[in-house]
Formats: sequence, C-alpha cells, structure tokens
Amino acid sequence: MGQPTGQTLAEKIIARAAGQDSVRAGEIVTCKVDLAMIHDSGGPRRVKPVLERLGVKVWDNSKVVVISDHYVPAVDQQSAAILKLTRDWVKEQEIESFYDQQGICHVVLPERGHLKPGMFVVGGDSHSPTGGAFGCYMFGVGATDMAGVLVTGETWIRVPETIRIDWRGSLPHGSSAKDMMLKLCATLGMDGGDYQAVEYTGSTIAGLSMTERMTMSNMAAELGAQAGLIAADGTTADYIRAAGANPSEGTPFRGDEDAVYRVTHEFDASALGPQVAAPDSPANSGPVEEADDVAVDQCYIGACTGAKLEDLRMAAEVLGGRKVASSTRLLIAPASTRVTAAAAADGTLAKLTEAGAILMPSGCGACAGYGAGVLAEGETCMASTARNFKGRMGARSSKVYLGSPYTVAATAVRGRVADPRPFLAENGA
Amino acid sequence: MSKVWKYGDNVDTDLLAPGAYMKGPIEELAAHCLEAIDLDFARQVQPGDVIVAGRNFGIGSSREQAAEVLVRLGVKAVIAKSFGGIFYRNAFNLGLLALVADAEADVEVGHELELDPASGTITNKTTGATIAAEPVPEHLRRIVAAGGLVPYLEQRLEKHS
Repeated sequence: MGQPTGQTLAEKIIARAAGQDSVRAGEIVTCKVDLAMIHDSGGPRRVKPVLERLGVKVWDNSKVVVISDHYVPAVDQQSAAILKLTRDWVKEQEIESFYDQQGICHVVLPERGHLKPGMFVVGGDSHSPTGGAFGCYMFGVGATDMAGVLVTGETWIRVPETIRIDWRGSLPHGSSAKDMMLKLCATLGMDGGDYQAVEYTGSTIAGLSMTERMTMSNMAAELGAQAGLIAADGTTADYIRAAGANPSEGTPFRGDEDAVYRVTHEFDASALGPQVAAPDSPANSGPVEEADDVAVDQCYIGACTGAKLEDLRMAAEVLGGRKVASSTRLLIAPASTRVTAAAAADGTLAKLTEAGAILMPSGCGACAGYGAGVLAEGETCMASTARNFKGRMGARSSKVYLGSPYTVAATAVRGRVADPRPFLAENGA
Repeated sequence: MSKVWKYGDNVDTDLLAPGAYMKGPIEELAAHCLEAIDLDFARQVQPGDVIVAGRNFGIGSSREQAAEVLVRLGVKAVIAKSFGGIFYRNAFNLGLLALVADAEADVEVGHELELDPASGTITNKTTGATIAAEPVPEHLRRIVAAGGLVPYLEQRLEKHS
C-alpha cells in the first residue's frame, strides 16, 4: 500500500452507497440503491417474469421510477400490449412515480426532481450516465441485473478508476455540448471510457447549463464509460430547485485535490467548431468542414441527448425565417411534454413549425428504430441523437450522421450536411 | 465442436438485436441477429459455435437481448479483445460465456476451438495453437453453467430450502 490519498467523486458516492468510509478503484462492493429507473422496453415486460418466478415484489415502491418512452405512442398491437403491461405492472407493484408518455426517461427523471447530488442510481437504459450531470453515480444495466436491484435494493459494482476530462475556454457560438462529445468520441474512441468513470471538469463545464451538462454525461455511454460525472454546484442546485425539489437533500461531493485519476485529458473549447459523425459510429467524427457533402432524406431533432429545450432553441436560431429544403424532411420530437410546453410558451415551436418542421410526440421512437420516424432502405438521416450504429434508425442499409441541433437545422435548410455558422451569422444570432 | 464466426471491432448491440424487432418474441429477434453485417450468421450458426471479435464487443444499448439472442442461437461463447461493460454483465446474467482474449490473429472462420474458461486457455483444434484468455472467476462460470443468473439463483434457493 502506498501513501493514503484522497478520493475521487466516484469513490465518495460509491463509498457512501456501500456503507464504507472509503473505497478504492478495483474493489468490488455491494451498494444500496437510492433509486432505480426503468422504462417500457427493458422494464416491466422483462422484469415481471423474473419477480414472479422468484415470488417477490419490488423492494421499495417509493424508490422505483417507471417511465414509458420507447414504444410511445403505440404504433401497433405489439407496442400497445407492452405499454398496457407496463401500466398494469405499475398498479400491481404500487409504484408511486410513473410517467406515462411524458417524455424520455433521462430527461423526465431530473425534470421531475428525482435526482439529487450524491445519489447512487441504477437505470435500465444505457444512457443512464445522464444522471451524472447532477453529481449522481448513475449507470445503466440490463433487465436481469435490474431485476436483481428490484428484488434486493442492492447491486454489486467494481469501483471504477476515474478518467478526468478537463475542458477550458468558452465555446464559440454555433458550437455546443454535442460538438464537445463528438470531439471526445473521435479523440478517445468508443472504448476510451473503458467502463470506468469519466469526470468532466474545468471552466467550460462550469459555464454549461444543466441541459448541456446532461448531453455531456449522456454521451459518456458513447465513450464506453460506466458513468459520466460532473460535481454539483450552484447551477445544479438552481435546476433542482426549479424542478420543485430540495437540493440540500443531496450530498454535493467533490473529488479531493490529491485523488488519483487514471489519466487527465485536456481540451480547449474555444477552438471547437461544429462536429459531424459519419456512419456508423460516433467515433467517426470530425469538423463539419471536412464532413461528407451528402444529401439527406431526413433530419431528426430528438432523443435524450438532442431535444431538450436548449436544443430546440439552437435549432430555432438557425431555422428562424428559413424553410426546410423540399428535398428533405425535418422531424422534431421534443424530449418531454414539459419541453414541448416551454417551447410553445417562448415561441420556439412556432419558429420550428413555420420553417416546415414536423412536430412529433416525445419518445425514443426514431432514435432507437422502435417507432415513428424510422428510415427506409438506403435512406440517410442527419440526427441530433447520441448513436449512429448501422441500421439503428430503421432499415439495415440506412445511414445516420450525427450533429448538434444547430448542425441538424442547417442541414435541413440546405438539404445536405451543412455548417450552421453561416446561417447563424446571417440571422445575426 | 465450436466453430468460429469472426467479426471485427465495435460489434454493437443494435447489430446484435436490431431495434425494428425488439418488440417481438425473442425467436424472431434472434433470426435478425447481425443481419446488417452478415445475412448468413443467424441462418447458419450451429449450437456450440463461438464468435471471435476485436475490441469493444457489445458496445451500446443496455438491451440484454443482444446477449440473449446469441444464447437462443446456440452460441456458446464470445471471445473478444474487450467488451462493452453493460454487455459483459448481461452476457453472464443470460448464460453466455464472455472471454477476454486477443484471438483474432490465431483463429480463422470455421476453425474449431476448445475453451477452458477456468484456466483461460483457448485451444485451436484446427491449428494446434493455444491462446491465453483472462481466466473467468468461479462464480461467473457457475452462473453460465446454470444457464444464467435467474436459474442460478433458483438452484441456490432450492438447495437451501
């Protein structure tokens, strides 16, 4: 054993959940789960048979949040049956927090005040690292793992090493958290996170809004990390208060000065322009100037990572006063019903629909290839989503490019992959 | 007899369990496993076959059907240089052996392999070469032998009752 050293943010949260004074990277510990979140796809339809087989109910109905977002609204008998099963199970298990078709789980969970700093949270979805934006250790698991959590209220975890990603400088106008993440995917690769914890630090992160921080944490999944953490600060507390919850119920842990990180990567945000990921991997990213000049059949602003209020405002900044090219179509699925309401109230939605955007219900449908908005064979899409795996958004020969909401909007106007900056400059935005 | 199917880096969950078939029964989903990169796989894979891949196998979604379809198709193990973290947990939970090894260079499609997960030894019966893998801890081997975490827990409960 060497000199005693400080703890990382990840170690502090995990130690608390494990009921220990401290933990060390590499150690396997059992943690008490503060909250478990499941959705209609990997949730009730998959965990119900396991719980029935074991003859038990959920360990604590006040600590389970169920959100239907993957098969909403039902597009066929199969998805309708899955949603019905979800509703019936919630009643049977007397779950207190159920959000039926109110938006995408990773956005709805914090929006309704469920996340507070220091919590140890397990989600039945791979983009669960989104909760890390609130200073929570939140990670995704499969349904069988989740069934174990629902039965016992506990799960095992190998204490991760922390990969620190430090961003300095202020983002130029026209660039966003999505561009920062695509840059990270290209630089570090989809296994750069190595199933460890990523922690974002630095002045750029401190200056980001909560919804932009959520994009950073969300796409920690695309780095292959288990969690994507940002230490809670005043911005976090303000968001939680606005969500109607009490931030002081949480513990705003910070990593110690002498904590051990596996590595620290440093990035300069002030030099970062819009990025585009070519098919079939987010790691296949580069500056928009170097992107393929391809025509796109569909533009999509949606998903947990790209359709929050701020994302819609970015799109509106580009689209205001312009029209979607006749050669393409722009589908917009706001991340939640609250986002839709707020965007309606501040005039954002009008700018989008006047430009010719098609407004869709909130949900995961097109992004995951589960519902409305999927692609035909050979079609190309530019999307604000997190993932562009082969065939993800529909037919197996379809192709997906990823960009920020600015870039998707500019692409919709041009009908081909486009740099949003000239549009923003012309709009005087 | 474990015949080899070979794929490269970053075989993702959407290739293994395509979204379009996620709401249907597992048998239907299995029939579309890996179709975006290999139409023959689901049709021709035989019980006991093994997948050999590169880095980051199973990256992406938490959908554990990505591992479950391989079990349904009879795949005995996936040998990869590294795995997506969620997939790795899901694989054992569903009864699929995941072996960490750099085996791509020593194995060709159709080769027959013999696996010893306890010692972490892969023997290529076709060439006679042996490849080192990370040994699989005993509790994970027991879960795989039982057919996954749920049957494993059931067996343990029965033993104690």
